[in-house]
Amino acid sequence: MTSLKVFVIARLLLVIPTILLLVSLVFFIMRVMPGDPVIAIVGMKAPPERVLELRKALGLVDESGNPIPLPIQYLNYLANLFRGDFGRSLIWGKRPVLVEIMEHLPATIELAIAGFLVSIILGVALGTLGGWKGGKTNSAVKIYSAITYALFIPWIGMMFQLLFAVWLKVLPVGGRIDPGLEPPMITGLYLLDSILTGRWDSFVSALRHIILPSLTLGLVISGIFSRVARTSVEEVMRQDFVIAARARGIPEHRLVIHVLRNAFIPIMTMMGLQLALLMTGAILTETTFSWPGMGTFLFERIEYRDYTTVQGTVVFFAIIISLINLVVDILYAYIDPRIRY
Amino acid sequence: MYTFRPILMKLVPKVKLSTLGWVGVGMVTFVVFLAIFAPLLTPYDPTRTVGPGFQPPCWEHPLGTNKIGQDMWSRIVYGARTIIIVVLLSTAISMLIGVPLGLISGYVGGLLDRILSMIMDAIYAFPSLILAIAMAAALGPGIINTAIAIAIVYVPTYFRMVRGQTLSIKEQLYVEAARAIGANHMTILVRYIFPNVISIITVVFTLSVADVVLTEAALSFFGLSVPAPTPDWGFDLKAGHPYLLSGYWWLITFPGLMIMILAVGFTFIGESVAEYFQAMEVRT
Repeated sequence: MTSLKVFVIARLLLVIPTILLLVSLVFFIMRVMPGDPVIAIVGMKAPPERVLELRKALGLVDESGNPIPLPIQYLNYLANLFRGDFGRSLIWGKRPVLVEIMEHLPATIELAIAGFLVSIILGVALGTLGGWKGGKTNSAVKIYSAITYALFIPWIGMMFQLLFAVWLKVLPVGGRIDPGLEPPMITGLYLLDSILTGRWDSFVSALRHIILPSLTLGLVISGIFSRVARTSVEEVMRQDFVIAARARGIPEHRLVIHVLRNAFIPIMTMMGLQLALLMTGAILTETTFSWPGMGTFLFERIEYRDYTTVQGTVVFFAIIISLINLVVDILYAYIDPRIRY
Repeated sequence: MYTFRPILMKLVPKVKLSTLGWVGVGMVTFVVFLAIFAPLLTPYDPTRTVGPGFQPPCWEHPLGTNKIGQDMWSRIVYGARTIIIVVLLSTAISMLIGVPLGLISGYVGGLLDRILSMIMDAIYAFPSLILAIAMAAALGPGIINTAIAIAIVYVPTYFRMVRGQTLSIKEQLYVEAARAIGANHMTILVRYIFPNVISIITVVFTLSVADVVLTEAALSFFGLSVPAPTPDWGFDLKAGHPYLLSGYWWLITFPGLMIMILAVGFTFIGESVAEYFQAMEVRT
């Protein structure tokens, strides 16, 4: 077997204990809570039938009301997850958590892609500029990276809202699209769906709504890209071929392409690593702009103490992140043969 | 070069900061100053109604008042206390768990090391904010609970760095020499290895503390940090958000600005410290 195949198999096997650990972590976190979760949800004065019903829904007692021991609860929980059952909501008609997640996921994916694009364009452009010019420009880009990294997303979002939506009145303050303009569901991504179905009014509306959230998310993550782009362009600029190319009189705008191509691998590595940050950032961005995605959903359900939904959503995030990390790792091993465990 | 300086002196490694680092120190000092001297700097009780609601910044209320007429300046100043306490407490907890575990895991090795590393890697892979939200939601509001929720997220960061450093230090000649003269494991860990991981702890601390600030702000923005009347920047930011459309800009501008001053200040220090240690490594 080639070493790449060995690596891929080993990495695939590693994902099983990782996911198992993460879902167990979530289970035990939700159980260490001081006090009675059921009382916390329904309050002290709830009728006993309601309390019993909730205990059943949470998997704390069996059908006849006898308490289930913790190890058995844990095994039941794992077995349910294995069947793709993330539990049912405690409110609003007890809908399956997975169904609700799937309804909110496309909005988050759309925002994440848009934010990612903004951050790459901003970050790589500024980073390349800094690494290329050196001196004062470089220091300025360095400070930019440090500041954007430490920005608090909700605050930046609100400042944008205040400036562009309240004072200048050029963009909507929040939401995903004007009501009634939702395009027919194909992928769930409004921008893509409205192009596919040729609904331009929907497209314009969706685009106007996504500008501020994606700018907010993109700005905050761009700092990391500008930092990586800056250092790796700096490094490439010191190599002999750049000096040789300059000596031969190759114009700077053509040299940029060669430098960027060489500086690209570290930048791409960073892109993969930032997906988790992108998720976290999306949650905060969504709650600021009332963007109807996973973040707003999670936030809303925390407020309603919809325990099973919160647990299911967190588990879902854990699994998604493990899988993304898996794909990213294998891709790198494929691109760069030096990466092996 | 290895000199026998007392351990206490080594707890504060000598670091030369860049200009940017000093700007960061200035920003953080400003917030710490507000936190320490809060009672002297504020004319009002931050949890009481002391004026009309939604008063724009004026002479009596330099940063305005919020919906129920609490003085925003007083809330901002006392809010510095909340965030500084939570950040210090959670960092202390992270260190108290992460550092000893890292030392032991790296020193003992074997199965224990494998298991601990795997658990830490799993926590590390979790998106930090989501983990903190889950923890905080489960533990309930309060300063201590918030600190614990945040601390768990940063334990693996300390663990991984300390473990890595321990692995390389335990192969050093002076550790072998200590073992040869009959030092037991405890002595070796505490007297010989621990002093040499302090610089890495400093770097991890300065690099992660800005993140801790942002996580605390995010938790309190979600209403998962300290309970309601306590002044807290993230909470005030959230509370002011619904009135953005009415143009009450002072409710959101100032709490957010403070979060940014603290986070950017810590980032500047972290960058500067990391740069210094990198330069040191290149030199030796």
